[in-house]
Amino acid sequence: MEKIELTCIGCPLGCQITVEKENGEIKSLTGYTCPRGKAYAEKEVTNPTRIVTSTVKVTGGEKPYVSVKTKSDIPKSMIFDVMKEINKVTAKAPIAIGDILLDNVAGTGVPVIATKATR
Amino acid sequence: MKAYDIVIVGGGPAGLAAAASAKKAGIDSILILERDKELGGILNQCIHNGFGLHTFKEELTGPEYAGRFIDIVEDLKIEYMLNTMVMDISADKIVTAMNREDGMFQIKATTVILAMGCRERPRGALNIPGYRPAGIFSAGTAQRLVNMEGYMPGKEVVILGSGDIGLIMARRMTLEGAKVKVVAELMPYSGGLKRNIVQCLDDFGIPLKLSHTVVDIKGKERVEGITIAEVGKDGKPIPGTEEEYSCDTLLLSCGLIPENELSRGMGVEMSPITSGPIVNESLETNIPGVFACGNVLHVHDLVDYVSEEAGRAGENAAKFVKNGGKAATGESVEIIATEGARYTVPKTINIDRMDDLLTVRFRVGAVFKDSFISVYYNDERVLHRKKNVMAPGEMEQIILQKKELAAYNGLKTITVKIEKE
Amino acid sequence: MNPKDSFLFGSIFIDAEKEKDMYDVVIIGAGVSGCAVARELSRYQVSVCVVDKCEDVCCGTSKANSAIVHAGFDAESGSLMAKLNVEGNAMMDALSKELDFPFRRNGSMVVCTSEDELDGLKVLYDRGVKNGVPNLKILNREEAHKMEPNLADDVCGALYAPTGGIVCPFNMTIALAENAFENGAEFKFDTEVTGIVKGDGSYTLKTGKGDIEARYVVNAAGVYADDFHNMVSAKKIHITPRRGDYCLLDHTAGTHVDKTVFALPTKYGKGVLVTPTIHGNLLVGPTAIDIEDKEGVNTTREGLDELTQRASLSVKNIPMRQVITSFAGLRAHEDGHEFIIGEVEDAKQFIDVAGIESPGLSSAPAIGVMVADLLRDLMHLEKKADFKATRKGILNPSELSLEERNKLIKENPAYGTIICRCEMVTEGEIIDSIRRPLGARSLDGIKRRTRAGMGRCQAGFCSPRSMEILERELSMKQEDITKAGGASKIVVGRTKEQ
Repeated sequence: MEKIELTCIGCPLGCQITVEKENGEIKSLTGYTCPRGKAYAEKEVTNPTRIVTSTVKVTGGEKPYVSVKTKSDIPKSMIFDVMKEINKVTAKAPIAIGDILLDNVAGTGVPVIATKATR
Repeated sequence: MKAYDIVIVGGGPAGLAAAASAKKAGIDSILILERDKELGGILNQCIHNGFGLHTFKEELTGPEYAGRFIDIVEDLKIEYMLNTMVMDISADKIVTAMNREDGMFQIKATTVILAMGCRERPRGALNIPGYRPAGIFSAGTAQRLVNMEGYMPGKEVVILGSGDIGLIMARRMTLEGAKVKVVAELMPYSGGLKRNIVQCLDDFGIPLKLSHTVVDIKGKERVEGITIAEVGKDGKPIPGTEEEYSCDTLLLSCGLIPENELSRGMGVEMSPITSGPIVNESLETNIPGVFACGNVLHVHDLVDYVSEEAGRAGENAAKFVKNGGKAATGESVEIIATEGARYTVPKTINIDRMDDLLTVRFRVGAVFKDSFISVYYNDERVLHRKKNVMAPGEMEQIILQKKELAAYNGLKTITVKIEKE
Repeated sequence: MNPKDSFLFGSIFIDAEKEKDMYDVVIIGAGVSGCAVARELSRYQVSVCVVDKCEDVCCGTSKANSAIVHAGFDAESGSLMAKLNVEGNAMMDALSKELDFPFRRNGSMVVCTSEDELDGLKVLYDRGVKNGVPNLKILNREEAHKMEPNLADDVCGALYAPTGGIVCPFNMTIALAENAFENGAEFKFDTEVTGIVKGDGSYTLKTGKGDIEARYVVNAAGVYADDFHNMVSAKKIHITPRRGDYCLLDHTAGTHVDKTVFALPTKYGKGVLVTPTIHGNLLVGPTAIDIEDKEGVNTTREGLDELTQRASLSVKNIPMRQVITSFAGLRAHEDGHEFIIGEVEDAKQFIDVAGIESPGLSSAPAIGVMVADLLRDLMHLEKKADFKATRKGILNPSELSLEERNKLIKENPAYGTIICRCEMVTEGEIIDSIRRPLGARSLDGIKRRTRAGMGRCQAGFCSPRSMEILERELSMKQEDITKAGGASKIVVGRTKEQ
């Protein structure tokens, strides 16, 4: 039996939620005080995901870097793999908000897109 | 001398939202003065996500959030000047500004909207002893260096203060390959949002030490080590609890200070609690026709609230212009913040001038659990709302109704306080 | 080529080589004393070189002190300290105009808080009169409080010295150095003297950057002056670095007092003072803590706490919430508490300027003249015909009218861009600070010359901008830009390089 302690990020309350897992299955879930907390905890212990934001080098533009994000959330365990890929990218100006600068980052199926325009 | 109905000082989130709403309210003569080379203010360096959940019902990054408002301002064809520093505003609303192309020039404004934002509390203001080597940055300066200039301030980092920018930078520096060793927080609670502690510290195994502060900085040229210690109830370090971390960088995220030098210069009355102007229900200062919004008024937790508040400032400025620039008349009711509530924005309400619904924002002075937000009209309690938890890092709000206030006989004061029961 | 030509060529070559490393006078230390000596010496036909281990002038004791021009009633009558203090004070008006650095006679007060200390004021008064301090006056309780309304309620009397003043120690030192440089003095920075070898009629200074030959050496090395003295003399001297912690308050607190307010002196110095600075801040300090480490400029919590407590004895309601920075400086306290200035008895041609603690800044103009006169007599120096006595400081656009300012911006648009928002410093001023003789090469160099980064946000906003300007002006990489030379690099590399 695996026991996981979580702090819910749904609201300022910050409930301490305890999840017990066995063979990848949730056995018990305690400490939450609302449905959102329950949903958060379930996802957090089965498939935690995050949006990664960073910057990418730019050539030929008025600024040397442009800010980027993964278009949707990626598995939390992949954060550093995603960063490694992002760090290798050099984009060419001009760039518009939403432009895909890197497709399927680190095999996650998620593209990395620009969050700022650069001429 | 050029003249504008509305001059907005600052092209960050507050200035942009104020401009957009003033324009929509029918004012064409609007000028935004921005000191940086682009609109958007501090959002340009806040490349993380989490903005806009209230305003746009989606999670945006800072530049995206700013981009939405910049697009609106462009579409509305609102005039703005970049790289332009406002040097002075006189009490009669002559704005003196300067840039490379136009030199120093003056503008006559019917109304002024103050939207200059805030700055970070520097090391000196924290009275941290030790050497003064390179490698000590406020978190926001480090954020600018990493996200906009593309430079790494250091490789091994200690962070003092758990304000949101500090937490965000803990993650950001980690993602860029630095090792963040610890975040120390003087108070027994964090000054940042819960979700930032989880996503920026816990995700990366970065310890947060509450009730700790920096007691020594080592290194004569570049930071070589930071000593932190636990603090007692009196806020003083407890001898024997010192821990030394070898590192090359100290980031400070110890609070934000509204940038009100221009406001003070023109004679705007200030609140010693918020370090921002004291405003009435219209977000108007003691000088008629001078409005304030965003972090220059009081430091906000979410940019969505800045936009909302600034929108109201813009509307009110538009009203002032349409009324021929006449100062308000009539009695005002004072809002008293006490017993846990540190301040309120606004501070006074002229019931005749208020909107049907008025949002009053405030912060609490400590962490309160299972407590009530109470509102009194004179001595009568009219609101008693339970909150499971309230913390100084997050803003609270109450909404007052015009018809209720107008109907209350002999209303002299409104009191906001936190009650255990 | 015949042998004769070869010989001549060789000789000239050797002379040229010698010229490069040989100076008539080498001054160790580019603080205010060393620069004042260099400036006064540059009036004469003599080759002068100032060497300093730091990257800039004014990096030691001269940069972290009370920035006060003392009236001259503190030092024992008949002492060199007393004489040079009063002389230096009197020279300050003319010098500040000649060299264009900020100075103001705001007057100073020594206050006491109990009736039985009033005698102490009388002692100071009598000493001051004897030292030649003009217009001293003892004030009773009412007069003192009327002159300075924020004095602590307990203050029951004061000694008032109208000739006391405040000065910018950075700009004063920089001005002296720039003027010396313009008149031919050379400066070698990042050049630490590690040893001195006495030769036949000259000295060889061993440095990290090779040897330097000097016919005369002026030892103006601040807290290190004993080390250099003791390298050449059997009669040892000893200097204790005496640390002083200070707090600097924002402009909003700058008018809390108008006069420099001292507490009655104790055996550890003049006690904590509260004073406006020439740039409109409020300064509180110093403590007096004897230490070993000659680089020990770290503040301590005890020191800073003590300051606040002791300052409140003489001035009430000091808005300590307005502190924007704290710092510590070292005073070069010589055991005998007296300036040691003159040729060392058992080391001819070696001139000490040692033990220059407070009132060293006040005395510096007089020290410069005294040492230059001494060397003139020893070396039989002749005046230069083309000595240029004046120097123009960095233009301060805020002192211009709107029209003048616009004319300036039209000529040079850099004056239209504000880089430091707190002190309202323009790009034009920063560029000037870098391009002028002995220009800034670091963020602190810019700060000391222009005040960019000295304000309430403490360089939070302007340091990335100032770095860009340094990068452009000096064609250096941002990774190599330092706070104050040496290993004090600001950034450690670029992102995306992991």
